Amino acid sequence: MSTPKTPGSAAGGLRTTDRLAAGLLWLVALPTVLVAAWWFGSASSDNYINPPLADVVAAFVPTWFGEPGTPFADSRVAVDIVPSVLRLMAGYAVALVGGIAAGVLIGSSRALRAFVEPVLEFFRAVPPPILVPVLMLFLGIGDTMKVVVIAFGCVWPILLNTVEGVRALDPVLRDTARIYRLGPWARVRKLVLPGASPQIVTGARQALSIGIILMVIGEMFAARDGLGFSIVQFQRSFAIPEMWGGVVVLGLLGLLLSLTFRVASDAILAWYHGYQRAQRGGA
Amino acid sequence: MTSPVVENPSVMLGVHGLNKVYTGRGEPVEAIADLSFEISAGELVCVVGPSGAGKTTLLRCLAGLLPATAGDVRLAGQAVSDPPTGMAVVFQEYGRSLFPWLTVAQNVELPLREKGLPKARRKELVRETLEAVGLGDATASYPWQLSGGMQQRVAIARAAAYEPQVLLMDEPFAAVDAQTRFDLEDLVRSLWSRLGVTVVFVTHDIDEAIYLGERVLVLSGRPTVLLEDVRVGLGDDRSQLETRATPEFTRLRTHVYELVQAAKRGARSVTDAHLTH
Amino acid sequence: MSRPIRPRAQVPAWVLGAAGILTFLAVLEAVPRSGLVDARFLPPTSQITAALAERLRGGDLWVALGQTLTTWVIGLAISLVAGVVLGVLFGMVPVLRRATASTIEFLRPVPSVALIPVAVLLYGTTMQSTLLLVVYASFWQVLLQVLAGVGDVDPVANDTARSFRFSLMTRVRTLVWPTALPYAVTGLRLAASVALILTVTGELLIGTPGIGRLIGVARESGAVPAMYALVVVAGMLGVAVNLLARAFESRALFWHPSVRGEVAA
Repeated sequence: MSTPKTPGSAAGGLRTTDRLAAGLLWLVALPTVLVAAWWFGSASSDNYINPPLADVVAAFVPTWFGEPGTPFADSRVAVDIVPSVLRLMAGYAVALVGGIAAGVLIGSSRALRAFVEPVLEFFRAVPPPILVPVLMLFLGIGDTMKVVVIAFGCVWPILLNTVEGVRALDPVLRDTARIYRLGPWARVRKLVLPGASPQIVTGARQALSIGIILMVIGEMFAARDGLGFSIVQFQRSFAIPEMWGGVVVLGLLGLLLSLTFRVASDAILAWYHGYQRAQRGGA
Repeated sequence: MTSPVVENPSVMLGVHGLNKVYTGRGEPVEAIADLSFEISAGELVCVVGPSGAGKTTLLRCLAGLLPATAGDVRLAGQAVSDPPTGMAVVFQEYGRSLFPWLTVAQNVELPLREKGLPKARRKELVRETLEAVGLGDATASYPWQLSGGMQQRVAIARAAAYEPQVLLMDEPFAAVDAQTRFDLEDLVRSLWSRLGVTVVFVTHDIDEAIYLGERVLVLSGRPTVLLEDVRVGLGDDRSQLETRATPEFTRLRTHVYELVQAAKRGARSVTDAHLTH
Repeated sequence: MSRPIRPRAQVPAWVLGAAGILTFLAVLEAVPRSGLVDARFLPPTSQITAALAERLRGGDLWVALGQTLTTWVIGLAISLVAGVVLGVLFGMVPVLRRATASTIEFLRPVPSVALIPVAVLLYGTTMQSTLLLVVYASFWQVLLQVLAGVGDVDPVANDTARSFRFSLMTRVRTLVWPTALPYAVTGLRLAASVALILTVTGELLIGTPGIGRLIGVARESGAVPAMYALVVVAGMLGVAVNLLARAFESRALFWHPSVRGEVAA
């Protein structure tokens, strides 16, 4: 039986630590150089757009966590970041559920697919941020609007990729499911969803970056709180170190979400990566 | 037109006046002209024919995956229009008929779950059948971690665990190497004799058909009719070395080979075939 | 039991698609008229069409369309050149590849809209503001695809080329570029739609000239049908970009055996 390769265990403990150390060095070397360059390059800067990095760092904690003694609930993290992220999650979840459900339905019928595809292609092609002014008409500038904007913008890549994934299901697997008389629910859960999962994940990944953009834009455009709102406020009031801090927070948030996404998708698609490796190497 | 079919109660699978015309875009293609045969419960019947003889079409009609244009297929007296209960299929494309996101054990278990078997019984069947096909220690692997022959064993185990009345096999060993093939043929024989299941085995390999079958149905080229229903008198105990060396095996092999060659030239009946041996 | 031959009446896909579009337009006409949705917020198709026709006769829309396309093309071109050059460079020099890997991983997920305040401070409401966002967002698409493409170069072929002492430029031309080309083209297709999204976003939010700004103006002046008409224009622009990019991709790669999907990055 050809078991998957296990990493070479021959490498002794010392060499493993050496490799780890070298890897860590590569990991941090360039970022360190870049941050140092920013630090020293801006140290004596009197250009207001480019304040000394030291100022940005000094402003960071008071801006986001409040002056010492501020209860967490009153800090910007709690007031701005957490609600932003919750709205993003809510909109994204709605888009995931709705997009996958509709995608499975549409992907299962040739006629339905042909019927709706041009309209869906149009919706996918509309740059999602212009939904903000449109949906503001209906929903004002509250949380609902922001969540709906995110859901509405995220749903198309998920939906269209799901349709594609369902359409591309292997016909032999479909026959197998018919032969063993899988019921409709089992067919969806055991055949259609896992079979389409590589494409669904691709769509969900595209949707996540759209979602982050929409989260920020919704708040920049029309809001009284949220991360996007705060950053624009800093810029308008020329609180430049704070603004840079906001850019960094947004960047970290993007990084964190993308890492989370990768962990989740690697878990969901573990079988797929193995399958692909086997196809490439073993055939 | 419903013709009253008087069936022998021991007939498991009855095919009567089966006709299949593909009407896609362009000209309609008649794949099966007219096929009638019966298979008794517990028989192992092989189907051979030249390539393009509509073997796979026939199997898909038997399985209820493809609607017949005319005529009917009956499983234990019931007309087959959709995949019926009590039927399992092993496809040629083992790599594509196993669910790559499920482990070997989960693949075997899934149809049993759908059948509504209790958990304990499912576990027992999964273990038994995987052991029977020699994969008792690969239960937690994924199919794509196994070699081609082993993947096909998993598909066979899944079919066997389903405890079907009829097992259809569509050129299941066409894509595995010759050594593995002999082992798998013996596996099919032993499962068949142990489970008492009715087996229809489609193949393009004449030796395989004779070695495995109690009967060999030889099909003509397209549009397909039945050239001959050949009885195989090789007894129940067969072995790769001895059975294949018997005079009876050689005689059958020559006979079926000639039929298939004649079918390739366009023969549509045994008299057309002008057999020389 | 015998079954009659069922001629499978297959309606061509384009007929169904056209029917789908007509149905959608009809629903969009009926819903506001029936009062199900306030017509002030969602005007019926006929009003949107009328507003669109009016805008198409005027000059504003065409000027704005030109501005949007200019921003898009320039942004895309910068990303393409930068992505290809850096991708080939980082991909071919192992030291650079290892050194930049983590930085790329850190910077790529940074949402480009985070740069809006920075862009505004730097460039105000000029095209450069939007260009900054467009380049930042679409550059990664090209870079990652090209990196994957260079990484796909057959190591044996590479060693052979080195053993024959091919010069660096020869290696790039004969070995690296042909392998990486399909990836670069895929990167271009992905970058094209991302760039359009960010172009319109910048125009809408920052107020740089283009379709996006017209939408913002229409909203502020309460010209709802005109706003929808402009949304339709932006959508059609998106469809055109997608179709063009896909057509270009399949034309450029029709000869290539490995016309492949996107790299799961």
